[in-house]
Amino acid sequence: MSGGRLAPYAQAAPLAFIMFTMVGIPLITVLVISFWDSDGITLYPAFRWENYTEILSRGLVYNLFLKTFTYAAITLAATILIGFTCSYFLVFHVRSLKWKIALLLLCTVPFWTSNVIRMVSWIPFLGREGLFNSTLIRMGVIDAPLDILLYSDFAVILTYVHLFTLFMLVPIFNSMAKINPNLIEAARDAGAGSWVILRDIIIPLSRTGIALGSIFVLTLVMGDFFVVRVMSGGQSASVVSAMKNEIDQLYYPQASALAILLVVVVLMIVAAILRVVDIRSELAK
Amino acid sequence: MSASSVKRGLSFYLLAAFFTLFVVFLYGPMLIIFILSFQGPTGGLTFPMRGASLHWFSDLFSSSRYGDVAGGFRRSAGLGLMSMSITAVCCLFAGLAFRSKFWGSGALFYLCIVSLVVPGILLGLGISQFFQILGFRLQWWLSGLGAHLSWTLPFGLLIMFAVLNRYDSAWDEAARDAGASPRQILGWVTIPILFPGLIAVALFGFTLSYDELPRSILTVGGKNTLPIEISNMTTNVTTPALYAIGTVTSLVSFAAIALAFGLIAIVQKRRARAL
Repeated sequence: MSGGRLAPYAQAAPLAFIMFTMVGIPLITVLVISFWDSDGITLYPAFRWENYTEILSRGLVYNLFLKTFTYAAITLAATILIGFTCSYFLVFHVRSLKWKIALLLLCTVPFWTSNVIRMVSWIPFLGREGLFNSTLIRMGVIDAPLDILLYSDFAVILTYVHLFTLFMLVPIFNSMAKINPNLIEAARDAGAGSWVILRDIIIPLSRTGIALGSIFVLTLVMGDFFVVRVMSGGQSASVVSAMKNEIDQLYYPQASALAILLVVVVLMIVAAILRVVDIRSELAK
Repeated sequence: MSASSVKRGLSFYLLAAFFTLFVVFLYGPMLIIFILSFQGPTGGLTFPMRGASLHWFSDLFSSSRYGDVAGGFRRSAGLGLMSMSITAVCCLFAGLAFRSKFWGSGALFYLCIVSLVVPGILLGLGISQFFQILGFRLQWWLSGLGAHLSWTLPFGLLIMFAVLNRYDSAWDEAARDAGASPRQILGWVTIPILFPGLIAVALFGFTLSYDELPRSILTVGGKNTLPIEISNMTTNVTTPALYAIGTVTSLVSFAAIALAFGLIAIVQKRRARAL
């Protein structure tokens, strides 16, 4: 586009304006409020560290972080396993491009539908009188319905995997699709078996996708409050669901401090992943 | 193709089975609630079906115990359409801008990434408090829309990057050499070539906004969007009306997806014929 050196500024201005007012300033607002005082009704501008020291002195917050990390780690492991296997199948075993795209889109369609509904849809399957329990009872595998299926940590993680695997699958698919087939052909001609090719070529060359997918999945799991609240039946809490409780009780400064702590931790994890894999330069390839 | 990949081995069938299981895992539960939403009037939240009826669909919109479903639906559709238009326009131009390095481009990119990474409810809290400090009232069409854009714009931008990866600036230059003005280049060269990608951006803009929950909760003010109404229903409602609203809202999403893919297919077909 012509229009001189100023053109990019004019073109980026609307995005920059909205992002600044709706992301930049609100984040600064939360940071500022995290130092304020509150009595549960009104906020009082101040600069005090008590919100932070109070949180850190309570043992509860460490449990919350531990629970959140546990959810994140298990979900991450499951989504990498499923995402990698499905991408591997699509890229290296499905031969026609048309089918590859069609099958990938088949995996993508649920992403464009409501997460709340996709979560709710597990209830008639997992419940005490749900499909899974009633089938097992009819088959004689169990005598009494299993209680751990719904309103448990199992249900929370299952829902996460169900909702977020796509965020792993698509980036891994992208990196795998960029692997030059000649490379694999050459390795095979040199006598490498499928396992060696997988270990020495495909997994290393998929690492950008795995890293990008991990960032998505980790931040989605660690930012969730709704799935934890509903699918654990209120029995488990994560950092953000605890924060939501404080918001509901109008303890905004305390909630803000907790949120800032979480964001710092999340950004540290993301930075660590970015140190291992330079996503930006690899995406440009 | 080497000889070993001509004949499909055991690994193909194992992987195909795994993939099929994954697809069943993705769609199975949704299918169950679609079926259960047609429960008879005496049916419950699980199987067996006690007859089949549209009872819960009419109950959903006529009964007041489910909250303001119709109003929520109207607002969510409106927000979706607004987010879609703004996302498509902003991301098209921002994507073009990002082709060259400009002052602050790095900061803007990272701001977009941060918006994807931070918990949605935190951003909702920030926006609502920011509005409160300024003395503005929270409105679904202003603070709510802003919260939705903080979610749809970064996604749209990333997709725009992918779309522009395959766009050759030489096409612009050729048009310029042929005497086209910047506006003519945009309208007759850039936008027509990028059109399928723009449809994809628009699809993301609509569906991500239409289904958005965490950023909406604190920002929409007194009037709820549909996902908020549905999330309230998950704790209060113990009738198949919950599934009925799931079927209805999924149909809207499927219609949006089908419309987008249909449009892209028509454009591609026309192009293939023109060649």
